[in-house]
Amino acid sequence: MNISGAKIIMETLIEQGCDTVFGYPGGQVINIFDELYQYSDRINHILTAHEQGAAHAADGYARATGKVGVVIATSGPGATNLVTGIATAYLDSVPMVAITGNVPCSLLGRDSFQEVDIIGVTMPVTKHNFIVKDVESLADTLRLAFKIAKSGRPGPVLVDIPKDVQINKCDFTNKPIEEPYPLLKASDNKLMLAAELINSAKKPYIYCGGGTISGDASAELIALAEKIDSPIGCSMMGLSAVPDDHPKFLGMKGMHGHYASSMSENEADLIIAAGVRFSDRATGNKEKFAKNAKIIHIDIDKAELNKNIPAYLGIVGDIKDSLARLCDMVEQKKLPEWSERIEELKKIENNAIKPSKALTPYNIIDIISSVADDNAVVVTDVGQHQMWTAQRYPFKKPRTFLSSGGLGTMGFGMGAAIGANIATNEKTVLVTGDGSFGMNLNELATAVSFNIPMVIVIMNNGVLGMVRQWQTLFFNKHYSNTTLNRKTDFVKLAEAFGASGCRCESIEAFEEAFKAAYASNSPVVIDCAVDCNEFVLPMPPPGGSIDDIITELKEAE
Amino acid sequence: MERFIIAILVSNLAGVLTRVSSMFTRRGFNIDSLTVGETESQEFSRITIAFRGDTYIKEQLIKQLAKLHDVKEIEILDKHETVIRELLLIKVKNTSETRQDILAAVDIFRSKIVDYSTDALCCELTGESSKIEAFIELLKPFGILEMCRTGIVALERGSNCLKSEQL
Repeated sequence: MNISGAKIIMETLIEQGCDTVFGYPGGQVINIFDELYQYSDRINHILTAHEQGAAHAADGYARATGKVGVVIATSGPGATNLVTGIATAYLDSVPMVAITGNVPCSLLGRDSFQEVDIIGVTMPVTKHNFIVKDVESLADTLRLAFKIAKSGRPGPVLVDIPKDVQINKCDFTNKPIEEPYPLLKASDNKLMLAAELINSAKKPYIYCGGGTISGDASAELIALAEKIDSPIGCSMMGLSAVPDDHPKFLGMKGMHGHYASSMSENEADLIIAAGVRFSDRATGNKEKFAKNAKIIHIDIDKAELNKNIPAYLGIVGDIKDSLARLCDMVEQKKLPEWSERIEELKKIENNAIKPSKALTPYNIIDIISSVADDNAVVVTDVGQHQMWTAQRYPFKKPRTFLSSGGLGTMGFGMGAAIGANIATNEKTVLVTGDGSFGMNLNELATAVSFNIPMVIVIMNNGVLGMVRQWQTLFFNKHYSNTTLNRKTDFVKLAEAFGASGCRCESIEAFEEAFKAAYASNSPVVIDCAVDCNEFVLPMPPPGGSIDDIITELKEAE
Repeated sequence: MERFIIAILVSNLAGVLTRVSSMFTRRGFNIDSLTVGETESQEFSRITIAFRGDTYIKEQLIKQLAKLHDVKEIEILDKHETVIRELLLIKVKNTSETRQDILAAVDIFRSKIVDYSTDALCCELTGESSKIEAFIELLKPFGILEMCRTGIVALERGSNCLKSEQL
């Protein structure tokens, strides 16, 4: 059939299995939006308040499901507003296709109204990007964009489509969805070597990351841990890969990780790193990182091997397949001494937690997790509340924890939570802070418009807590620009947006409010009064390693 | 710090050079020289890069290059099995006192005078980078007015090709 570029976009999206897009209209995508109007029975468009929110929503949609998230924005400011969202997805390897309009080809390069070279702008934060200057190549370019986004280590791809390409017509025929590029397969030799290392290890430690979630390798990971009697720790991106109540699971390790998880990694003689990139937040001082251990590093991205931490044995390959085959090769064993040592470490960790009846961050998380079911998607913004959630929330199923790991994007949460809910239809809880929430709270309008059943829990301490915490410990309490003390009334704000809201100052009030909010089918904001002197602990000092970890505040002061 | 030369086949599309060079900038790889030009096939351009670094930098540079969608083939060229050439154009002051010395240098290096005026002359020289550098050193005392170098191009000796299936 001979159809316009804009129609080709619709047909190709449907062909690629996309039924939901997030976006915001504008002058150079008006043709696309005209087609969205006509295809509204097959493609659901979620209009956000700001393009950044749309990008985070597409990201949240992808993280919660593993499907490719799609976002559409106009040229110029529409496109640049996507950039933070695209970079967030890039750093966390989230499959996403961003479609931007641009001025007609004849006006490109002339600083036309709302023209920006979004290809140049997004080159460093996309897996690949395209500008389509000929309608004949539009469909295949979009197909390739989807293929690249989901192949191997996933990531965002941007397709810039000038307006005349949207208007011009050409022949279009549907094609079957192409399989992603084949995943690399780990060599038997390398896996045999890994198995030998594992068999002779006395203190193994499995360190899993986001790759085990995007590679759908939870079951294989757990099977391996059980067979070799190894504890499992994870990076923040690896949270939810292993159920929190699994006896071998020690939780998040690293900068603000669980003491037992970080310490046992430090004492291990073998680290099996699966789908991780040894981010500086997960390793601390690289010179002092896990000096006693040999490292087996398995990843789908060859460039991650030896990038941050040299591996004793690097294995390139699909994580699910690699772990399954490795599990078949290793000997079943029990390591009672090592398990005992880990129990000791756990005891030290548990003793450091002081129970409290106040509205503390941990109490807030405990109530949320006791009320919410295992399928609920928990989203965070970035800062102290994010770390408290990562430390404390007992995630049970993969893809139920969405957080901006690599880029650390404050303002990620609102969009991502909306996207996650639309993707999964599961109850969604956003844990945020007053600082992060302030960045993209305009998306409350979206949550209300689409009647998203989400609970927004604001840990409101009146400060930019994470930076303030550093200022307290390492900058002589110079609270430079971290004291917000804004006069914003979040309850009234929620109501002004058409949502409901309440303020909680006690744990009992929060429990009641959260139960009601969770049962409700529309967005609710719960503003929790949290003490600004609550710190995220443990933490290492700047440049420190796990040996220098600060576990109690009085040590630091 | 060893010097490496790598040859890359990339899709012959607008913006590919930017993709490659911006990745180098972003990852902090320092390049001595980079040349790009068309190949026997319309589909591909060939980029030749010379850089200094340790094994870590070499490995990362190659792995990161391999991740770029438009990069099709990469090879580290073995210096002993490779023909490496660079072109220099250099303009020096031409005075009656120095003229004979300059012409002697041009002769010994098998350079060519490609432009001549009463106060300046321009020489062309092709060769490996070390030869080019020696020639420049030699001309320095005569007063270099301006110069430009192409950066290196390189091909493996024998029948080995970057795109293996072409043989």
